[in-house]
Amino acid sequence: MDMILDILTIPLVQAVIKILVFVLGFVMAVGTVLTLMERKWMSAVQDRIGPNRANIGKFTGHGALHIAADGVKSLLKEDTVPAGADRFLYLIAPLFSYFPAILVWAVIPFAGPIGSVTFQITDINTGLVFIFAVTSLGVYGAVLGGYASNNKYALLGAIRTSSQMLSYEVFLGLSLIGIFMVYGTVQVSKIVELQNTYWFDGLIPKWGIFTQPLAFFLFFTGMLAEAKRQPFDQPEGESEIIAGYYLEYSGARFSAYMLAEYVSIVAVSAITVTLFFGGYQIPWLFPDGFHLLGYSLALPPVVVALLQAGSFITKTLIFCWLIIIIRWTLPRFRFDQTMDLGWKKMLPLSMANLVVTALVLLLTA
Amino acid sequence: MTAPAETPPITARVEEKFPGAVTASHQQFGDETITVAKDQYLAVMTLLRNDPTLKFNLMVDLSAVDFLGQSPRFQVVVHLKSLSLGHRLRVKVGVGEDGPEACTLPTISKLWVAADWYERECFDMYGIRFQGHPNLKRLLLYESFVGHPLRKDYDIHLQQPRVELRPVRERYDYQNRNLTDPSETERRPL
Amino acid sequence: MKRSNLPLEFGAEPMDIEIGPSHPAMHGITRLSTRLDGEVVTAVEVEIGYLHRGFEKECENSTYVQVIPYTDRLNYVSPILNNIGYSLAVEKLFGLDVPKRAQYARVILGELSRISDHLTCNGAMGMEVGAMTVFLWYVKAREYLWELTEEVTGARLTHNWTRFGGNANDLPDTFFDMLEERLKKVEAVLEEGVKMLFKNKIFLDRVKDVGVLSRERAIEYGFTGPMLRATGEPYDLRRAEPYLVYNELDFEIPVGTVGDSYDRFLVRHEEMLQSISIIRQAVAKIPKGGHYQHDRRAWLPDKTEVYGSIEGLIDHFKVIMEGSTPPKGEVYQAIEGGNGELGFYLVSDGTGKPYKCRVRPPCFNFVSALPEMLIGHYVGDIVPIYGSINMIGGELER
Repeated sequence: MDMILDILTIPLVQAVIKILVFVLGFVMAVGTVLTLMERKWMSAVQDRIGPNRANIGKFTGHGALHIAADGVKSLLKEDTVPAGADRFLYLIAPLFSYFPAILVWAVIPFAGPIGSVTFQITDINTGLVFIFAVTSLGVYGAVLGGYASNNKYALLGAIRTSSQMLSYEVFLGLSLIGIFMVYGTVQVSKIVELQNTYWFDGLIPKWGIFTQPLAFFLFFTGMLAEAKRQPFDQPEGESEIIAGYYLEYSGARFSAYMLAEYVSIVAVSAITVTLFFGGYQIPWLFPDGFHLLGYSLALPPVVVALLQAGSFITKTLIFCWLIIIIRWTLPRFRFDQTMDLGWKKMLPLSMANLVVTALVLLLTA
Repeated sequence: MTAPAETPPITARVEEKFPGAVTASHQQFGDETITVAKDQYLAVMTLLRNDPTLKFNLMVDLSAVDFLGQSPRFQVVVHLKSLSLGHRLRVKVGVGEDGPEACTLPTISKLWVAADWYERECFDMYGIRFQGHPNLKRLLLYESFVGHPLRKDYDIHLQQPRVELRPVRERYDYQNRNLTDPSETERRPL
Repeated sequence: MKRSNLPLEFGAEPMDIEIGPSHPAMHGITRLSTRLDGEVVTAVEVEIGYLHRGFEKECENSTYVQVIPYTDRLNYVSPILNNIGYSLAVEKLFGLDVPKRAQYARVILGELSRISDHLTCNGAMGMEVGAMTVFLWYVKAREYLWELTEEVTGARLTHNWTRFGGNANDLPDTFFDMLEERLKKVEAVLEEGVKMLFKNKIFLDRVKDVGVLSRERAIEYGFTGPMLRATGEPYDLRRAEPYLVYNELDFEIPVGTVGDSYDRFLVRHEEMLQSISIIRQAVAKIPKGGHYQHDRRAWLPDKTEVYGSIEGLIDHFKVIMEGSTPPKGEVYQAIEGGNGELGFYLVSDGTGKPYKCRVRPPCFNFVSALPEMLIGHYVGDIVPIYGSINMIGGELER
């Protein structure tokens, strides 16, 4: 028994366990379920039933079996490589799309620490910068896939992806500098912890949405563009360039792209929640229990951690839902309109946000 | 099919400008119709389009009828409409099969852009070549189609051989494509 | 907003790209051979004919009445309008009188068809800029209308409903029972579409000043219908040359101002509302009476007459053996189809089969004008513009 506990204290072992639990148990699961939920929600919006035919005997689970059916189908399908494709790049490109979306989760805290045990895979002190570094890697998956496919539509999609992601990263970074300035750190766990401090005698939490409201809208818009979701989905606009950069892919590699898209939706939601909606924090819940206006309710640490994890997951799912609803409500921008929006509107706004934040901090300091 | 006692104004106007150009006219079912001589066709059409009392600015339709066994064999039928004056006219012109100018007719696509595609379709279906047409090639059928299917001597049960699969290079010979861009000739790849 | 005047900033070799014939957003199957300079279209060549079925040749080898089902397959989202157009042409040739009730019935069903045509087009325009939801709502609304026409004709899409001298059957009572409720539902869907698209900045940006064709050029190209009206020319055959009972009905002709995709969208939208109003008026005015006026040259006599009288038997024999035999002559009859002037030019040589049956397809002209509308726009605009012209393959290529 002691030996097991000893092994559990080894950081590497802890990290592996966390990876298994968080990434496989949460991220992959949510990403997979989202593929079905998107279709279900879309059907609800569009006044129809949605997928419900996959079945085992009489059991359909309201379409839940479609997840399994899709998985099996994509694995069993032929993995085609088009003539004239750059074979090596073509085959590895989906991984470039897939892994960055997963890597982001290394620095996302799921709950507050209990003693020395943290619910975060690694708490590097450059957390936010790491997130940026990793998400910008995602562009390689699209560019390499589109370039290697030897297809003009795919190439157009790849070019659109690269210019869109590069442009939107600029103001994405700028919009977050306000957050760095307000909380004075780039370490994700610190930012989340500081969001549990309060204005007006512990009444209003200092969440990012309250300290940096404009930055939230800029950041969320930019993140939608980074995840290539409507209204920024020209890279894969099905009515123009069919499916864009992953047009030629089939089978498991195609589903890797699809899954990467859904995992990055979850990642976008999680990052937004972490930075602007208090991460795992529940308002007025402290490590020892609730405190509000002099009233307090003591809770054991395990319950607090569970509550926090629950709050984080709930908030993340709400944002996933929002992103999907946006997709089925809005049309998509034209490519030049995306660029105009990014460079001519979002960039000046994020700069203005920066200046105002700096002035306010200077005056209140 | 009784001919009206007096000549309707549009026919009269054309006859006044080009005596002898109108070889026949009728007003059956209320559709005013003139048949013009082939050599006057373009002049009459120009008049119909530009004359202030006629102003046929909308070319509604262009087609042909194959009267196999008669001479001239084909009749090209053009329907015109004036949006400002509200009247309609059907212009017919015979196109024969004999002589040096067999199955040809001057194009009216310079007068109405709409005629461009209608003449291509007419060429496709009847084999009537429109002289001066900018881009007279088959429209609905494919290049290797043999014959003109709406001619009366084209058997409805006739089957065309299948198009042979061409090599990819030939199918996508982009350098030799003739795309309809006037500035195309000026553009040089870097 | 055409970008063709911009200089080539970074010299790049132009890229040729084939859009279609099989492309998810091609309404029929049409090929656009496009040359791109970056994302800007510099040259387009349209290739059609993939859906050519030899309609005219087929008609020349069929009797007059056998052509009616073929016309269903012309503009297959508003089939009844094609039926009506063809029947009116043949009736003009025969000199037949159609009973008032049948004319009103034709107006009602024709306008239902027009709404379903416009619903399809506007919904597809939404889909092509990414608003898939509106498309599905509009398709749902279209289904309400098709159930109505099914109630009358027995078919959702291929109605084969008109005859020479009337209609195949009368409007049943159940039709009138369902009609008002269905129209209200359609109006509700249209209202939802307004909320979803008309106030949506993204949608407006996508369709405004896109695919502009001026009034003069549109007339040059022979545009008719909503496409011409979007440029500001109030030419509607229902008003200009009233057929059926349109001169007894009160409706307005919406016109646009600029002639861009947005105007086309608005014109079609307003026309749907006008059509609904026309239907309501027609339902209020429809007289009692027969739905079919028999003429012995045109179509079979009643069964009781066939079995009960020698004249009936002879008429039946003649129509079966020879088909309907109109007098010799030629006739052109145009109606306002879903896309514009849908004309039928018939040449009769006195036999039972049309010597020539020409269809003047309205969207033929639109597609021929595509290069002019597309050149200078972005790749992303190709399909929305293409959607705004409402090209229907069956009608275009026949």
